[in-house]
Amino acid sequence: MVQFALVVIFGIPILAAIGSFAFGGRFAAGASTSGGVLTFAACLSLIGDGGEGKHLQLGPWISGDALSVVFTLVVGGLYAGAALYSVGYLAQHSGGHSKRFTRRYYLGLNIFCWAMVVAPLVNGLALIWVAIEITTVVSALLVAADGTESSAEAAWKYLLIASMGLGIALLGTIIAYAAGALASGHGLGIGFTPLFGVSRRMSPDMIRFAFVLAVLGYGTKMGLAPVHTWLPDAHSEAPTPISALLSGALLAVSFYAILRYWQLARIVVGAAFCRDVLLGFGILSLLLASLYLLSQRDIKRMFAYSSIEHMGIVAIGMSFAAPIAITGVLLQVLSHAAAKGTAFFGAGVIKEKMHTKDISKLSGGMRLLPWSGPLLMLAVLALSALPPFGIFRSEFMIVAGGLQDSKDVLAAVLIVFVTLAFLGISWSTTKVLLIPPEETEEPITNHFGMRSEGSPLSVLDRVDEDPSNRTFKNEPISERVETVGYPVAEEGTPDLPAYRARRGEISILMVVPMVVFISVLLLLGVHVPGSLAHLLSQATSELAGKVGVYHTMVGVR
Amino acid sequence: MFAPPSVLTSTAEVVAIVVLLAAFGMLRAPLITSQINLYRLQSLAVTALAVVVGATHGLVDIYILAVASFLLKVIVVPAVILSLLREADSDIAHSNVLKVPSMILVALVVSLFGFITVDALHLRSVTLPVPALGIAVAAILVSFVIIVFRSDVISQAMGFFSLENAVSMASLAVATAVPLVMELAFLFDLLVAVVAFGMLMRVHHRRTGTLSTDPLDRLRG
Repeated sequence: MVQFALVVIFGIPILAAIGSFAFGGRFAAGASTSGGVLTFAACLSLIGDGGEGKHLQLGPWISGDALSVVFTLVVGGLYAGAALYSVGYLAQHSGGHSKRFTRRYYLGLNIFCWAMVVAPLVNGLALIWVAIEITTVVSALLVAADGTESSAEAAWKYLLIASMGLGIALLGTIIAYAAGALASGHGLGIGFTPLFGVSRRMSPDMIRFAFVLAVLGYGTKMGLAPVHTWLPDAHSEAPTPISALLSGALLAVSFYAILRYWQLARIVVGAAFCRDVLLGFGILSLLLASLYLLSQRDIKRMFAYSSIEHMGIVAIGMSFAAPIAITGVLLQVLSHAAAKGTAFFGAGVIKEKMHTKDISKLSGGMRLLPWSGPLLMLAVLALSALPPFGIFRSEFMIVAGGLQDSKDVLAAVLIVFVTLAFLGISWSTTKVLLIPPEETEEPITNHFGMRSEGSPLSVLDRVDEDPSNRTFKNEPISERVETVGYPVAEEGTPDLPAYRARRGEISILMVVPMVVFISVLLLLGVHVPGSLAHLLSQATSELAGKVGVYHTMVGVR
Repeated sequence: MFAPPSVLTSTAEVVAIVVLLAAFGMLRAPLITSQINLYRLQSLAVTALAVVVGATHGLVDIYILAVASFLLKVIVVPAVILSLLREADSDIAHSNVLKVPSMILVALVVSLFGFITVDALHLRSVTLPVPALGIAVAAILVSFVIIVFRSDVISQAMGFFSLENAVSMASLAVATAVPLVMELAFLFDLLVAVVAFGMLMRVHHRRTGTLSTDPLDRLRG
């Protein structure tokens, strides 16, 4: 059963990618959604074995434990959600993209998700690095998918900064293997077992250096301050399903890489050093993100800063010695993925509906979007750690861990900054969702000379149908709208007040993932299912150094 | 008692110095074509080290790595960049954020920092050429300086490729520690990265009509 699940996880996304590229269109949408759902189902099937502490192995290159399963769940869930959401999103985003675009988009989406879902299941620090580097290259191209100047700028910054970070992480990887080779006196295999096998004899100085490099390098991808600067740009400019994957899954996978170094370093140099390093990055991230959240004008950018805040929280959580804090961190990773997926999906619906991300121009979300509005509000409440959602439980556990560890001041600091972030995010979201929409008395015919029907993009479709306007097909929306003489409030943001008043969802396919994720958040907050609780407990023990498939196999405790 | 250095140690140290000097050269090179030629030299040196490592340790497989490294880094990557340069019809000069002497001073400081940091690790090994590792770390930091202080997309990409060369050098210096499959994976990854960098550089040039990164200032806050 385990082997079958691993084959599905490693194989299905690749098949979906190939099928999407080969056939495009509806087949690509169907294949990607099916691929996501099947992959997630395979991840779910690993919960029981992971919780029992079994070594999940398939050949020499694939290996996992409870910790791996926690992170595959995060990626698998978001993969399924983002693939489903993409179907409605692409249909709406530009009135139906060209088949060529759809092929490329789904090819990138599936490979991106494949790289993320296999990263926690590959056997060795080197292979983790390779998987995460693949995510960078593919996701950078996806960030630029809209073809606007802003998205190209965001993609370039992301590719460059993340590649630099991964260069540092690669050096850390090499030093870790060099330390292993020096300890063993001969060459090492690529997997975890040989590396952990000689961990007791490794040079502490080398492992300290490797750990710091890994935190700095993977921390760049995880969004830890001060190496987070690519994150707000990429999250805000990427197509919405990609934003959700970047925020909920990619940051988590990068965190997973750091945790593997954590496991090695705590054996060689002790846990105190690792905690201090993560604490520094965590506090800085939380502080910066909380302050930036108070002054955000772009709704997607605001959620990007919220991601930095949550990564700061998990870094601080790992700095508390109490096991309850580590369990809280793992639960936080799961809950954050569900909440941030919902938040970005909701923000994406609002952006598509109102054609702007500018918070000052957004209002009436609750009235205009009968499902997405309330769901986004629930996601914001969840992100703000209010009960009864999963993040309340996880942050409560982290704070409890801090108090148990006699780090009262740190726990208090965490609460203060989380409250500050809550203030910023709730202030903006309340305005977007609860303030009544601006009414317009101007009929749409004043601008277009035609009657208002359907979405603004249906108007653009009609423009496209005009043979004289065929060249618009491959141009960004802003350019098309400008060409037909519609007033543009700012570049890329057509001001379409008449459409704002139109109540209704864009697509049911964009709502379903949000409903599922909010349900998951409620479940995690009210009652964590027994098998999942066992999984989290087992993963906590592995991180705390009490058990672990790689440790016990080589007799290291 | 002083022992004469082995062939591997000597070669690794010479190659490390070539990689570092080439990185300095790329930092100050006024023309992109000069940067590309320096990158070729750097890559050739790393390939030579791979051959020596293969011969010293009797690792036949590592010759495959040397051939792949030569084909990719000495031929394919420069060809891709040069084709983009022809398409853009410009060979940017003076894309420095600081003046050349200031950049060199910054690079000297960071490279010294890198070398001293590795030295502080007190690595002692009869099998690994430790000084080469220190020089490689210094070259990595100089590559960062290229990325930070050169304000055009091609120089920044070349900085990343130089960084990759320095890391490859470091991994070859500790070749017995790093499995061959990892080296090949890095090369594959470089190939993919070149494609991504190339595509984004094209997008940037089409959008802005320049290779300079100065227009990339829309996203703030």
